[in-house]
Amino acid sequence: MTSEARPRDEKTEAIWQLLSELEDPEIPALTLMDLGIIREINLEPDGRVEVVLTTTYTACPATHFIELLVAEKLEDAGYEFRLTTKLTPTWTTDWISEEGRRKLREYGIAPPITATTSKKVLMGAKLEIECPQCRSSRTTRISEFGSTPCKSLYKCDDCAEPFEYFKCI
Amino acid sequence: MTNKNKQMALVEYAQRLGDNSLILGQRLGEWCGHGPQLELDIALTNFSLDMIGQANLYLGYAGEVEGKSRDADAMAYLRDELEFRNCLLVEQPNGDFGQTIMRHFLFSTFQHLHLEALQSSKDETLAGIAGKAIKEVAYHVKFSADWVRRLGGGTPESHQRMQTALDNLWRFTGELFETDGVDALLLAEGIAVDLSALQDPWNTAVQTVLKDAGLRLPKGQVVVSGGRKGNHSEHLGPMLAEMQFLQRAYPGLDW
Repeated sequence: MTSEARPRDEKTEAIWQLLSELEDPEIPALTLMDLGIIREINLEPDGRVEVVLTTTYTACPATHFIELLVAEKLEDAGYEFRLTTKLTPTWTTDWISEEGRRKLREYGIAPPITATTSKKVLMGAKLEIECPQCRSSRTTRISEFGSTPCKSLYKCDDCAEPFEYFKCI
Repeated sequence: MTNKNKQMALVEYAQRLGDNSLILGQRLGEWCGHGPQLELDIALTNFSLDMIGQANLYLGYAGEVEGKSRDADAMAYLRDELEFRNCLLVEQPNGDFGQTIMRHFLFSTFQHLHLEALQSSKDETLAGIAGKAIKEVAYHVKFSADWVRRLGGGTPESHQRMQTALDNLWRFTGELFETDGVDALLLAEGIAVDLSALQDPWNTAVQTVLKDAGLRLPKGQVVVSGGRKGNHSEHLGPMLAEMQFLQRAYPGLDW
């Protein structure tokens, strides 16, 4: 999703590269790019760089910290910049990149299931969440709410490992 | 209509939405460390966080439109009780877990319908906030409705407590649908939500769950209201005293 928004010129590309090193403070396995939080990088007529960010959850405690991380990175690299927050289009877990989903799974967090999942869910069946350890889909939800607003708690009925699931929004 | 009128109405409108979220968020936060189970403790504080996040956006916007350099913190911490625009329902004390759940169920069912409509507001900021908040509130509706069913249909004691909660809170629900000049003005502009159109869907949604839960609606239609005009119940003041203490005692204190 983020890559689509990327303009081609060299200077903005360099800034995308620079910011792609930044990790999410809550889930360091992911970069801010994987999450799709950095929406646009624009060069302004006065030479400043505008970085457009969005938030995941309205009250994600990491929001402020993420702004600081981006600001620090740009400052260290000597850019004049301003940060803008845009709420629309609304952030969705669908924006988490394939790469991001793979990294989440490796980190032990079940990635959010995408829109095209089992049709049984439409009929009110439980979501089929795959265990990130053994990939079994026999899992049980322990708690809808977890350590951060974006996660639920599950356990695997096959390998018995508890794990976190990144909720779909 | 002048621009000044529209501006003032928009500030008021954003404050109403923000105050509903802020005050309910603060109430839910009182459960932190006191939930009946760890899972429920986390759920209630997650809800609290969602609400405070919404409040931050709404009140920040109210300050921006007002143009008097008040930010969301100034709105939250430096206004007095009479200036708060939340409805009476959200400021009611937590009571037991059942009371908190009933309050949350009645409010979030309303809030979800409201946000659904607000998403098509001509005001882009309000529509943007609604687009984000509705995804979170969908979880609130589901969770609280599940618990209303579970406790209403549970033991005689849990049933009785849920019925008491409903009997106690029902009179505050009429206020959710009250409108005044601010609503009318912004409705004509395509900004505000038409509250009268939400009443029927809300009644249906609420009554379906209450029926499943075996709970009966209180007889009589007494409506207690006034929160949006700043006429609050006796419960808001003490809560604000706690919430605002730090900024009042040490103005401008920062982390």
